Amino acid sequence: MSDAVRVSQLTRKFGDFTAVDDVSFDVQQGEIFGFLGPNGAGKTTTIKMLTGLLRPTSGKARVAGFDVTTEIDRVKRNIGYMSQLFSLYPDLTVLENIQLFAGLYNVEGDRLERRKEWVLEMARLDDYKDRLTGELALGYKQRLALGCAVLHEPPILFLDEPTSGVDPISRRSFWDLIYGFAEAGTTVIVSTHYMEEAEYCHRLAVMNRGSIIALDRPDSLKAAISEPILEVTTGDAPRVVELLRGETGILEVTMFGRAVHAIVEDQAVAERQIPRALAAAGHSVESIRPIEPSLEDVFVSCVRRSGGTVAG
Amino acid sequence: MNPARLWAMARKEAIQLRRDPRSLAMAFLLPVALLLFFGYAISYDINNIELAVLDGSNSERSRALVDAFESSGYFDIIERPARYDDADDLLQSGKVRVVLVIPPSFDRDLSAGREAAIQLLLDGSDANTATIAQNYAAAIIIRYSSDVLLKARRFVLPVQAETRVWYNETLESRNMIVPGLVAVIMSIIAAMLTALTIAREWERGSMEQLAATPVHRLEVVIGKLLPYVGIGLFDVALAIVAGLLIFGVPLRGNILLLTGLTLLFLIGALSFGMFISAAVKSQVLASQFAVISTFLPAILLSGFIFSISTMPVALQVITYAVPARYYVSVTKGIFLKGVGPGVLWVQGLAMIIFAAAGLTLAIRSFRKELE
Repeated sequence: MSDAVRVSQLTRKFGDFTAVDDVSFDVQQGEIFGFLGPNGAGKTTTIKMLTGLLRPTSGKARVAGFDVTTEIDRVKRNIGYMSQLFSLYPDLTVLENIQLFAGLYNVEGDRLERRKEWVLEMARLDDYKDRLTGELALGYKQRLALGCAVLHEPPILFLDEPTSGVDPISRRSFWDLIYGFAEAGTTVIVSTHYMEEAEYCHRLAVMNRGSIIALDRPDSLKAAISEPILEVTTGDAPRVVELLRGETGILEVTMFGRAVHAIVEDQAVAERQIPRALAAAGHSVESIRPIEPSLEDVFVSCVRRSGGTVAG
Repeated sequence: MNPARLWAMARKEAIQLRRDPRSLAMAFLLPVALLLFFGYAISYDINNIELAVLDGSNSERSRALVDAFESSGYFDIIERPARYDDADDLLQSGKVRVVLVIPPSFDRDLSAGREAAIQLLLDGSDANTATIAQNYAAAIIIRYSSDVLLKARRFVLPVQAETRVWYNETLESRNMIVPGLVAVIMSIIAAMLTALTIAREWERGSMEQLAATPVHRLEVVIGKLLPYVGIGLFDVALAIVAGLLIFGVPLRGNILLLTGLTLLFLIGALSFGMFISAAVKSQVLASQFAVISTFLPAILLSGFIFSISTMPVALQVITYAVPARYYVSVTKGIFLKGVGPGVLWVQGLAMIIFAAAGLTLAIRSFRKELE
């Protein structure tokens, strides 16, 4: 079995609203597979269907070889899941949470002792094991949640925005753990809206408005952007975005902090056109230079090519 | 059902319960507080009724009548107004509930063998007390009259009733109330305790993590139930001890039978609370539902205060669906009459049905799927 997850034409509707629209993909064993997209893109709904928490409206999905609608129990025994919001018990201690989930996953006896030690060490929680979970800092809570999700050594791990809200250093160390699992053969399926985090994935499914609008390795996705991108630095970025949007030869304009990224048809033409257009409106350009596309540009470009607007 | 997962759920629930002051108060303080409150507040025994006496005759015979009132124990003479108007004021201001007026002609009429009229003024704004006071007064006056008759003519009364009250010899309403009260309090507490448990997990988001594990809903429901069954049994034991020691209620029946039937009742009532919790998924709503759906039926339709046999037929039919009805019969029967399984098997059967129905509802309404 080389495919850990097989998904075909998976759809979930909530009334009239289609949260996930006809999504298909396969994930290989040992792969780190990422969902990238803004809130409301359908990442969480997809993960909930694959973990047996939400019933698909239509379509098929097999996780670890089991059908997510008819073999939910087997699916659940073969996966670990860490939900978007911290959802362990804040009024239990670290150790009590570990023991609870060990019990629920039937990790017993010697194995329990071994796994308990392992989780405490992995999550660096040995000094905090008798602390109430609710009193821990968010980074610790998230490592504990990860630990509880892998107590039973599942072959597939689902992480729904696992690092939201923590600082970049904690995020980096969390990803070191994820790499460790993948190297040991665990398949990791992770959703994120952090671009830098998406770079760590082996393959990325870019989602917007319930659909996968691109699916490839991060560097391939970037290489696929054929149009040049110009970074324009000015005093008033929001105003500049407004001015440039709709200009001929400028395909997409997005704000990145103080800078503005413009996807253009022709680099040389645009490099003359942009300062002229801005000067006419009374704005000066501090700098203008071509840049390598980031995943954010990839996202913007994918949305444009799929003919849509960004959800949210 | 997997014992390890069941145990993990039960243990977790017990730890959470131990750390939650609100649940602890509800589990241990509220039943005792309710028992003391209702035990003292609800009483049909009316003693020491405030009485004012206006004795216009002031004779040996009139004093004997006043003595009869005073020594009955039902009346306290707190005022002796001199004028009729004063008596009226006393009644109006609520200082006394009853005024006994003996006219100056009382002794003369009796001596002459005529009918001697006395007047009894009652405060009817509390109709219940007024009726009881009237009955007490009538009884005292009849006895006094018969004494007068017997003394004068040396007759013997043709019929003498030797009454003896069974099961509650002193006719103390407290003996009747406390055993029923245990049942009513446990109906309310049990549903309130569990009404929060599943809703809390939905509200806090922990249900999502729980639902992603292979735990079966049967294990969740029964695992959560176990610590509360323990608390429920402890509460009943506490209420029984309080009933015996504080209120002096007799316990005549078999305590093991009481324990067994209590266990059945608790399983039904606790499961019912959990059913509400799983169905509405909100702590506030669930606790309101739990109170409304248990409190009123338990108080009004269980036979605790109002006798079921005097209710309109339609209401009587409804009472068969009120679990507290059967448990009230059980506690009263075992406490006061000392009855055994030969009498209580009907109640036992009803409670087995309620326990099974409660569990089924709780398990059915609990879904591990999100919406």
